[in-house]
Amino acid sequence: MTIVRFLVRRVITGIVVLWLVATAAFFLFFARPTNTVARELAGKAATAQTIQLIKKNLGLTQPILVQYWHFLDKLVHGNLGYSYLDGESVNTIIAQDIPRTASVVVGGVVLWLVVGLGVGILSATRARSFFDRFSTFGVLGGLSLPTFVLGELLLFAVFLPLNKHGITFIQDGYASPSQGIGTWVGHMILPWVTLATVQAAVYTRLSRGSLLDTLGEDFIRTARAKGLPERRVIFRHGVRAALTPVVSQLGIDVGTLLGGVVVTEVVFGIGGIGQDSVTAVVQDNLPVIIGFVLLAAAFVVAANIVVDLAYALLDPRVRIT
Amino acid sequence: MSSVTELEFQAQAAESAPEQAIEGRSQWQLTWRRLRHDKVAVGSGVVILVMVALAIAAPAFAALTGHGPTQQFNSGTALNGIPVGPGRAFWLGADEQGRDLFVRILYGARVSLFVGIVTTAIGAAIGVAAGLTAGYFGGWVDTVLARFVDAVLAFPYIVLALALAVVLGPSLPVVMGIITFFSWAGIARIVRGQTLSIKEKEYIEAARSVGASSWRIMFVDIMPNLLGPVLVLATLYIPTAIVFEATLSFLGLGVQPPTPSWGNLLSGAESYYNVAWWYLVFPALALFITTLAFNLLGDGIRDAMDPRTERIFAAGRGRRRRDREAASAGAAPKDAYGLTGQAGGI
Repeated sequence: MTIVRFLVRRVITGIVVLWLVATAAFFLFFARPTNTVARELAGKAATAQTIQLIKKNLGLTQPILVQYWHFLDKLVHGNLGYSYLDGESVNTIIAQDIPRTASVVVGGVVLWLVVGLGVGILSATRARSFFDRFSTFGVLGGLSLPTFVLGELLLFAVFLPLNKHGITFIQDGYASPSQGIGTWVGHMILPWVTLATVQAAVYTRLSRGSLLDTLGEDFIRTARAKGLPERRVIFRHGVRAALTPVVSQLGIDVGTLLGGVVVTEVVFGIGGIGQDSVTAVVQDNLPVIIGFVLLAAAFVVAANIVVDLAYALLDPRVRIT
Repeated sequence: MSSVTELEFQAQAAESAPEQAIEGRSQWQLTWRRLRHDKVAVGSGVVILVMVALAIAAPAFAALTGHGPTQQFNSGTALNGIPVGPGRAFWLGADEQGRDLFVRILYGARVSLFVGIVTTAIGAAIGVAAGLTAGYFGGWVDTVLARFVDAVLAFPYIVLALALAVVLGPSLPVVMGIITFFSWAGIARIVRGQTLSIKEKEYIEAARSVGASSWRIMFVDIMPNLLGPVLVLATLYIPTAIVFEATLSFLGLGVQPPTPSWGNLLSGAESYYNVAWWYLVFPALALFITTLAFNLLGDGIRDAMDPRTERIFAAGRGRRRRDREAASAGAAPKDAYGLTGQAGGI
């Protein structure tokens, strides 16, 4: 019962948050002279009347509150509106983009968790060793390497030479898993590595710190005193307790990333939510921008709910209220 | 002499004591001494100083090579339009418009370092003021500020940054405003936490009991104790800000061409790296070396500030023991500074 009550309350607050985000985004973008789109549609030689006509057709000449009302009305009915430039439904655009962004995120998450947690746990259990120093240096290196630089360097140092020598497995751009798992992996591997490098650094740091803290606690000494094998002490007692901050970070990261892996998508031409939101921003395509912002916010809200649920599962001291 | 009270006697004794006996060392002196022995931190500091010197000397190098930062040279591109590689004329090669890459990287360093240092300084000032106010006054002031900080930290900043850049028009001041907006919140959160614990200390109570104003307590009694963590945070925020600017410029919404910045140099390199490796590699190296140096220096300062924290790079005996003690004493782990995220956008 408590779980149902918890979910109902969180979903309701989540909807309120989304409404606030929608309103903020709407007024941020609409409460200013929006000539860019009309001018682009009309062409360079357009007269003032043509531009005015286009604006009227797009509904941009109505009072702002009327526009806001129409916007909310459509939103409640699950309609995010239509792209200014080609009239395509924003719902359709989002439906096309989600698998692309999700492809990048899913593989990236697996990769960075394996590397980040693995290195983090090894460093914490061998604190001060050569491995630990080396990994700390690697973490700072990973954090210092901007995503777009790493992405471009990978294209330059891996993609280009391989394809020059006729090895065409690794490609850029997007391929869906329905074209064959091999093709999909070949297209996605560089984005995964790019995304995972920065994130693995973050997770190594986080899990190392958290595990070092945990290993200093009394219950670990108790477990050792009981004569448990070290492996069991570390994994069953240490890692499990140390995972809570990692889980909360993971939830937030996945939620944020599903809302668009902007730079990685742009570098590799994935054409998912991230890349399309940059395009929409540049083109001043308001319905698409607001659709993406709402989508991103919805993912963050959902991720927070999942994280709180996961906390209760991982740590018996946490109660959901 | 029997009229001498005990206090006067002590004072006389103190005056007559040999002067060189024991010299108190301030926290900053101790930090400096430890930092000096940290080779990695010193090396990083030197790298940063060299970068700053090169950035300041950019016009000198432009004069020396005879290549202005935005000047185009026919000799810079081959007949087929491919940029000329590194050599005597163009030390690090040229770009697709025949401009000198070396000179452009140096001028880009001016932008990057200026943006990194200035936005961090402003962000730190705002963060300290907000965090102090929230932590010291508590109540509704704290609630409002803390929620606002949460909101800023939770926002999908890269999209908002892009949107703001478009709404306000991309330019250097706008980029700096955006970066500052996202940098103060993390500092405010740490400062608030520290203020909450410091304001319960006895000496603050003592200050209040002698009638010190809130203003005085906040800025004279509490703030000096915050400078350590803020300095560490600031050193680590500078590379984040540099990467943030480079990312915005890379996406075409930061510093606008022809003004060079590391971000828009790399953006330009995107279509040429298959024929001109230097165009990609050298700006990338400049960016990487600078951010890495700031990160290593920040890590070193943090280790030097707090003798309890783990000192990965500094040698010494009994490290393992100290490590355990640090962990069990609840010493702030690195991530207590909330620096687990990379604000450059992914």
